[in-house]
Amino acid sequence: MTAIQQKGQKVIALNGDEAVAYAVKQCDVDVVAAYPITPQTIIVEKFSEYVHDGEVDTEFICTESEHSALTCCLTAAAVGARTFTATASAGLALMHEILYVTSGCRAPVVMAVANRALSAPINIHCDHSDSMVERDSGWIQVYAENNQEVYDSIIQAFRIAEHAEVLLPILVGLDGFFLSHTLENVCVLPDEVVRNFVSQRQFPLVKNHEGKLVPFKLDPENPITIGPLDLQDYYFEHKRQQEEAMQRAPEIIKKIHEEYAEISGRRYGNGLVETYRLEDAELATICLGSTAGTVKTVVDELRAKGVRAGLLRIRAFRPLPVQDIIEALRNVKAIAVMDRSCSFGGYGGPVFHEIRHALYDSNPHTHTVNYIYGLGGRDMSQHMILKIYQDLEMIIKTGRTEHLVQFVGLRE
Amino acid sequence: MASEWKFTAKEIAERPDLFMSGHRACAGCAPATVHRLVLKATRGPTIATNATGCMEVTSTIYPFTAWKIPWIHTAFENAAANASGIEAALKILRKKGRLEYEHVDVIAFGGDGGTFDIGIQALSGAVERGHDFLYVLYDNEAYMNTGIQRSGGTPLGAWTTTSPAGRKIPGKPQLKKPIADIMVAHEMPYVATASPAFWIDLIKKVRRGLEVEGPAFLHVIAPCPRGWRSDPSKSIEISRIAVETCIFPLWEAIDGEYNLSAPSKLMALRPERKKTVKEYLKMQGRFRHLFKPEFEHLTGKIQETVDRRWQKLLKRCNMP
Repeated sequence: MTAIQQKGQKVIALNGDEAVAYAVKQCDVDVVAAYPITPQTIIVEKFSEYVHDGEVDTEFICTESEHSALTCCLTAAAVGARTFTATASAGLALMHEILYVTSGCRAPVVMAVANRALSAPINIHCDHSDSMVERDSGWIQVYAENNQEVYDSIIQAFRIAEHAEVLLPILVGLDGFFLSHTLENVCVLPDEVVRNFVSQRQFPLVKNHEGKLVPFKLDPENPITIGPLDLQDYYFEHKRQQEEAMQRAPEIIKKIHEEYAEISGRRYGNGLVETYRLEDAELATICLGSTAGTVKTVVDELRAKGVRAGLLRIRAFRPLPVQDIIEALRNVKAIAVMDRSCSFGGYGGPVFHEIRHALYDSNPHTHTVNYIYGLGGRDMSQHMILKIYQDLEMIIKTGRTEHLVQFVGLRE
Repeated sequence: MASEWKFTAKEIAERPDLFMSGHRACAGCAPATVHRLVLKATRGPTIATNATGCMEVTSTIYPFTAWKIPWIHTAFENAAANASGIEAALKILRKKGRLEYEHVDVIAFGGDGGTFDIGIQALSGAVERGHDFLYVLYDNEAYMNTGIQRSGGTPLGAWTTTSPAGRKIPGKPQLKKPIADIMVAHEMPYVATASPAFWIDLIKKVRRGLEVEGPAFLHVIAPCPRGWRSDPSKSIEISRIAVETCIFPLWEAIDGEYNLSAPSKLMALRPERKKTVKEYLKMQGRFRHLFKPEFEHLTGKIQETVDRRWQKLLKRCNMP
């Protein structure tokens, strides 16, 4: 009997979207509101089947737009429901306004984003442009490397979002097609184990306009006003509270990740970042999502040749685990940050901005360069990753950085 | 749809106000009156939501609120989606035994901008899905919160800051969108129009809208003295004359069957009582330019439009 079977888990073949739907099915979600968009579609299709076959006790709202889908989740969450939605690309962009409203209303909505390029030109394939542009919207962002992590992250997400110290919405990113449409073996927990893990939503007490302590939800017995006009005299404090919740989130994410590891036997680093052969590494790449799998293969090859290569995978991009990043890269001599999106006119991609900024005080002498890769689903081959490590070797050897920001994998 | 409530003036007056005084709406603001009247008709636990707009802004300046019931605002174009999410949550939480109330009513309020224009998609979607909620459109016929810009609800010829009374183009060149008919075309169970001047009629319609299973839509005319350039003490009078001129007839459509409400039925049975549109237009500075000789033909066009729409309504109501 394997360890997996001992825990009552079973292995089933799921693509990333199905892994999301399966996890949501197990989490006692009250309201799912969604609108179909490639490559998220399978999530809503699969969940519709669960609803129509009576496998879930969930109000499923097929809205007329993503804007309304997120709105429904937000107000349902305000009433006290556990809520979920899923989208991608243009759908996330259409939600943009409500992303801020959701976090501002402290509604713990969970959302899966099958990461996809933004138009124009229209492209249905993977990059991180859609969710990177929302990095300042007050949502926790977690990026999964494979379908197993997709499944595990969705289950953890409900606990994180609904935690009284957090009460923030959370986005789980899975790379469009690379994960969303790719079949992998996924180890799933028994329904009752997940149900116990996610438990029921609890409501912290807040002071209402009459000075009474009441549960933070729309309750006729204890009326509160959510989403008021908030002017120069209070808005700033409310935004500060959001940031404070973000700052409390890393500890909660780690704690819930650890609790989950106890029931599942699965860990992804410390829940915030995952290091791969980084302990004595001189050369490091940093990436998010499914690319990490390919990078790990290249790291193994390089290690076999005696090259001290390693990888840092950022799992939680928001809140950015700055101390974990600094700690993980302490002894590295050259770093390549890989961005699957472009900040047009900026100084490198968004992940690069964050990492280089985080390292500024601690490792000022570490060479940190940026590679923009894989836009619109362009494949990131082992060969290209190898080239990046070779560039880093050259940087260490010469002490010089030829190009701070480069595009890799272009047809030129 | 029989209600035990008698809707007498005494009974209405005795009911507590759930939309409280102390809000920051302007003097003579009919939308504020409409909100107060609507909440007089609640039948039990109720959750309300507003689209962005004057009434959201003036009623909830943090840390104050005019709402004695749970209330949420999220954005401009999604009041009906707010209601959809609230209703779905109530339904499933009740089913799971996590809601202590037998029933909770849901009311969404939107202005004309939030309903005719930016909110029509969410509204149409929510009604098509059949959520059980009442949508109240308080129609002051322009974007008043941003300072009087024209909307799809602004009537022909009206001055607004984006349809100025220019030398060449005198006010809004387009007609008002027939929003309530658009809602009837959704084959929803209950659509009605109301005026705060006929407040018992309005309150009855709110109650019917709440009692009906599924979505209900109430279109209420709600003069804005600032935007209409009208005397703040005349808002209710203007609301009455809007009905008496048949510019804003009062009717109900229950399961798509149109019926004139009493104040408008009177106009149908006693056409001599029907006032000319000029009586309505002259009370409002936003139509002042139409009384200049060079634009006077427009008042004729407005009268024609009103008459045409009135005849169409009479046919729908099977009136002679």
